Amino acid sequence: MTTVDARGLRCPAPVIRLARAAADAPPGTELTVLATDPAAVHDVPAWARMRGHEMVGATEQDGVHSLTVRTHP
Amino acid sequence: MVPRLVAALRGYGAPVSSPSDRDRADSSAAPPVTHATARRVVLDAGGRAPLLPEARTAFLEALDQGWADPRRLHAEGRRARMLLDGAREAIAASVGARTPEVDLAPSHTAALHGAVRSVARGRRRVGPQVVVGAVERAAVLNAADFAGDRATVPVDRYGRVDPEEFAAALARPGVALAALQHANGEVGTLQPVGAVHPAARAAGVPLLVDAGASLGHVDVGDDWDLLAADAGDWGGPGGLGVLVSRSGVRRSPDWPEDEDRWFPGGVGVPAALAAAVALQVAVSTRSADDASRRRLVDTVRTRVVADVPDVDVVGHPVERLPHVLTFSCLYVEGEALLAALDARGFAVGSGSACTSSALEPSHVLAAMGALTHGNVRLALPRGTTAQDVDRFLAELPGIVAGVRQAWGVGGL
Repeated sequence: MTTVDARGLRCPAPVIRLARAAADAPPGTELTVLATDPAAVHDVPAWARMRGHEMVGATEQDGVHSLTVRTHP
Repeated sequence: MVPRLVAALRGYGAPVSSPSDRDRADSSAAPPVTHATARRVVLDAGGRAPLLPEARTAFLEALDQGWADPRRLHAEGRRARMLLDGAREAIAASVGARTPEVDLAPSHTAALHGAVRSVARGRRRVGPQVVVGAVERAAVLNAADFAGDRATVPVDRYGRVDPEEFAAALARPGVALAALQHANGEVGTLQPVGAVHPAARAAGVPLLVDAGASLGHVDVGDDWDLLAADAGDWGGPGGLGVLVSRSGVRRSPDWPEDEDRWFPGGVGVPAALAAAVALQVAVSTRSADDASRRRLVDTVRTRVVADVPDVDVVGHPVERLPHVLTFSCLYVEGEALLAALDARGFAVGSGSACTSSALEPSHVLAAMGALTHGNVRLALPRGTTAQDVDRFLAELPGIVAGVRQAWGVGGL
């Protein structure tokens, strides 16, 4: 599993970082992005829907959102 | 003229700044606003539309004829009172209400706050709950939190509540008020108020319908117990709201007593008169404006998807306001896109976080599961031409591509 650190970055930077990681990853890879931007909570699932990836999980701790997707096979 | 007024304000030591100024290291480096270079195409009329010419004439006339305090008993006061009452009567006729049911507020926000607070107070013995749709205006959501316990009904991907779910929520014990907008001003989607109102009536719960984005553009019907609207949105002056309350609705102010009981201090007579005139004009040209703007929005909807890669068009394609359309561009910073469009002569709105002072994305887009960054919100003013829209559509793909290129996101 790969983690992308986008803490402190504002939209659309967290989604762009995640998309770059997804472009390099083999299909079926689980990718987690860490973000403090509140928009990422909504934009990562929307990006996954538009790209055909699967949303696996979303948690939040101390203002850091952890959003996990599985890249489409 | 305007820069001279602003300079005069600065001369008196009044701080003149906008939220965006705070974020700029050197606000004096901001480009000057000029309107002489290119013809402006304004596609952002939601809540503040260009003033209709008839409303402007009425406003100027009322400055001369209705300057006095309408609460005074002398001839000048009575003349102002007559104009104010005439405005209320005309607005009442436009929405199918009686004149005493119409109250004028100093803003649409004040109308919504007043509605929620006064009904929550008036029906406090029933219970503290205020049932709302998830995409109601912030003024409704915040007033519900302030005046009671908010119960929020979610929306589908088009931004609509499920009428049965909403009906079930308002039928629970302890509900003082339910609020469901007529249509959403950000994405244009109509709400099922016709299906919800009978359920509210059966449960004995008053239904507040926010028609702030609808009145003057579409028939708002009579499926409401309280109706709120915004003169600035229908082509009247900004800073005037309307609240219509059916006589059976139990209300009580939770603010100090005033001669103007529901909106203390009252409103300006010129604004009220201009608002009423604008509403009459808007309603009389409604069907023609509807047809032309609906066609233009359909064109934008089709061409944006065809010409701009990776766009999420938001809102219901058919059950919608005639003049509103919202879409989000993947990997695009909303603020940069708005600035680029503005520089090319286009005024558009946005629900992206970076375009709001709170840095929170639009709660409407979030509740719908839509992409919140790179968001463009269009609300076409009356009289928008096919040429305006064609010019926008011709330039948009290149502008979006330019912003994406600057971020190096090609091929993602």
